[in-house]
Amino acid sequence: MARLFKLLFTVMAFSAVAGGLLSVLEAVTKERIETQQLLFLKGPAVQEIMEGCSNDPLKDRLKIKEGKEERQFFVGKFDGKPNVVAFEAYGKGYGGKIGVMVGVDINKDKIVGIAVTTHSETPGLGARAKTEKGFKGQFKGKDINQSFKLKTEGGDVDAISGATVTSKGVCMALEEAKNLYMRLKPEILKNLGRV
Amino acid sequence: MASIAREFTKGLWDEIPPFRFVLGLCPILAVTKSVDGAVGMGIALTFVLVCSNILISLFRKVIPKDVRIACFIVVIAAFVIVVELMMQAYTYALFEKLGIFIPLIVVNCIVLGRAEAFASKNSVLPSIADGLGMGIGFTMSLTALASLREILGAGTFWGMSVFGPNYKPFTFMVEAPGAFVCLGLMLAIMNLFKK
Repeated sequence: MARLFKLLFTVMAFSAVAGGLLSVLEAVTKERIETQQLLFLKGPAVQEIMEGCSNDPLKDRLKIKEGKEERQFFVGKFDGKPNVVAFEAYGKGYGGKIGVMVGVDINKDKIVGIAVTTHSETPGLGARAKTEKGFKGQFKGKDINQSFKLKTEGGDVDAISGATVTSKGVCMALEEAKNLYMRLKPEILKNLGRV
Repeated sequence: MASIAREFTKGLWDEIPPFRFVLGLCPILAVTKSVDGAVGMGIALTFVLVCSNILISLFRKVIPKDVRIACFIVVIAAFVIVVELMMQAYTYALFEKLGIFIPLIVVNCIVLGRAEAFASKNSVLPSIADGLGMGIGFTMSLTALASLREILGAGTFWGMSVFGPNYKPFTFMVEAPGAFVCLGLMLAIMNLFKK
């Protein structure tokens, strides 16, 4: 019995110390990691969507709290007015979570453009969602309130050939983006004046 | 002193991982597409190896035999998370490139193998020498393999063009089957020298 206790105690002590130290390290690096992700993942996506805007959308961003979660909205100014917001939504692809940055014109509720941020799709197949202009481009000008489904499922979205699951994942992300946008639009409009 | 030098140098040729033991092949096949990724992976693994060797040899008399593997894994996993967080915070581009293979260092046979075969039986100094030697040996192997693959497969070394713009890359080398072929050639050449 004493031996069993010693075994348990050793493993527990190791895990507790390791866990404790790691949580400290995580807290210390959290802010820096967020900045880096902004720079390397969200940054290029936002810039792709907001091409030609007159401000720096990475700097002008709104943080809106929804329950426990904090959502970020990047604001782009066109013709001197903050017309476009971009935000991230997630869908499930072949290799895991796909992050899609969606830019929406708040006056017309129309999509300005989308860009993939994080993904772990197969190179050469699903990973093309990030690069293929024809796939991403088809969302431009679509109404954010419509339903996003592949053509094979009765919708109007062309899938990437050889990457149906990924294309579905992107649709899923857009559905989430739609819900998010509808829920938070009043909040966005309220806060937009501060930008 | 001579024995410590011996523990260090054995990892550089006589027992160079992963070629001599053919352990830890998962990262060597996956991250040797480019030299910078290979060097990054090598440094990450060396750090984990040295740190876990130090801790395990320090605690070797405290850890009960029955739960030693569990304790080793906790120590190794903790250091891997340290590497992961640090990479995310300071070298995000490298982190994106290595992706899933950083957390997978936890199950790398070389790290656990050195803990079990060496650090748990020797004092701290030889364990540091062993970890450092093995880590540097691993980095060298990875770099050699990656150089071969990147130079032939992409015509570049560390992202810089080697053969000029007219070179037509032998892309087979940077794809997964090329990794197996290169590894096999490496092993064959090493065996040739051994005899």
